[in-house]
Amino acid sequence: MKKPYTEIPGTTIFDMDQARKGYYLNQFCMSLMKAENRERFKADESAYLQEWPMTPEQRLGVIARDFNRLISLGGNIFFLAKIFSTDGKSVQQAVCTMTGMTQEQYAHMMSNGGRPPAAG
Amino acid sequence: MARITAGVATSHVPAIGAAIDNQKTGTDYWRPLFAGYEASKQWMAAHTPDVVILVYNDHASAFSLDIVPTFAIGCADHYAPADEGWGARPVPTVQGHPELAAHVTQSVIEQNFDLTIVNRMDVDHGLTVPLSLLFGQPKAWPVKVIPLAVNVLLYPPPSGRRCFELGKAIRRAVESFDEDLSVQIWGTGGMSHQLQGARAGLINSPWDNAFLDRLIEDPEGLSRVPHLEYLREAGSEAIELVMWLIMRGALHDRVAVRHRFYHVPASNTAVGHLVLENAP
Repeated sequence: MKKPYTEIPGTTIFDMDQARKGYYLNQFCMSLMKAENRERFKADESAYLQEWPMTPEQRLGVIARDFNRLISLGGNIFFLAKIFSTDGKSVQQAVCTMTGMTQEQYAHMMSNGGRPPAAG
Repeated sequence: MARITAGVATSHVPAIGAAIDNQKTGTDYWRPLFAGYEASKQWMAAHTPDVVILVYNDHASAFSLDIVPTFAIGCADHYAPADEGWGARPVPTVQGHPELAAHVTQSVIEQNFDLTIVNRMDVDHGLTVPLSLLFGQPKAWPVKVIPLAVNVLLYPPPSGRRCFELGKAIRRAVESFDEDLSVQIWGTGGMSHQLQGARAGLINSPWDNAFLDRLIEDPEGLSRVPHLEYLREAGSEAIELVMWLIMRGALHDRVAVRHRFYHVPASNTAVGHLVLENAP
């Protein structure tokens, strides 16, 4: 199957293949919608992650909050949002970590009209 | 007979809900955004419908990856605000309209749109932020709401064409409901934004404004724009904009623009907003 959207730079489209790879990673994220699960996760992240049949790489990505890595491993940003919400972080605070910019630089870029399309 | 009296389009950024809930609408950052909704709030106060069919997407709140419906219509009598990871928004429970929802569902399925029927779900910021933007912070929402959730998270979402045609089917469905009801249809999400990868923060204002122009003047042509263009030109999450075509399809070919607003940024996102009525 042709997937022309895979050629967009700096962008991963969450398609059926990504969703298949990331099923348990994303379902783990969903579990953080319950306050009692957030508490258990915060108390011992590694133990909590062992309850989910994720790959070791996915578990390490969660612990490192490496969102680019997690996206490449099948995570979707709206599922991953449950992790950074649990951390008390805003979408912008989490998203800027994927761009190589500091939070201040990223916020400044957004306040000045965002990343221009030509910059890719 | 029930009738669709107006359409509203608006972005539904979670940070907007947080600004409202935390009394930050008057800060330098947020004031210009909320100022852009003042005229609409006044218009809405004078044109409050009985029911809003609210087209939105669930952001991994009601639907996990266990079940991903392309189009899901809410037929319940109420919907609780979802806990999205930081506790539920302090907004009123959303009251449904099960009778109209049942009618629309039956009619639309008979018109070959195979909707998923939802009798219980929580609703996230995708649905409640637009209500807050247009109605402020009332003790109870002044309208009943029929949620229409569209999958735009897991690629591929329905085509713009399919969304536009669904809007037309919804109009026919509403107009065949016996009770005399005033109904609005809202399309939410967008505009340009990308929340992942090295290209996060992408905003394409010329593209967004061309989208607004075409949604008003040439929705038929706009509905043929392929997904790839949304993703490439306006960012991975801009694909939410196909939901605006459902709203537009439910209106007449010619519309009158009661309000138009565009603002960058709200957090990571370009905010677009339209209030449309059928042209006389």
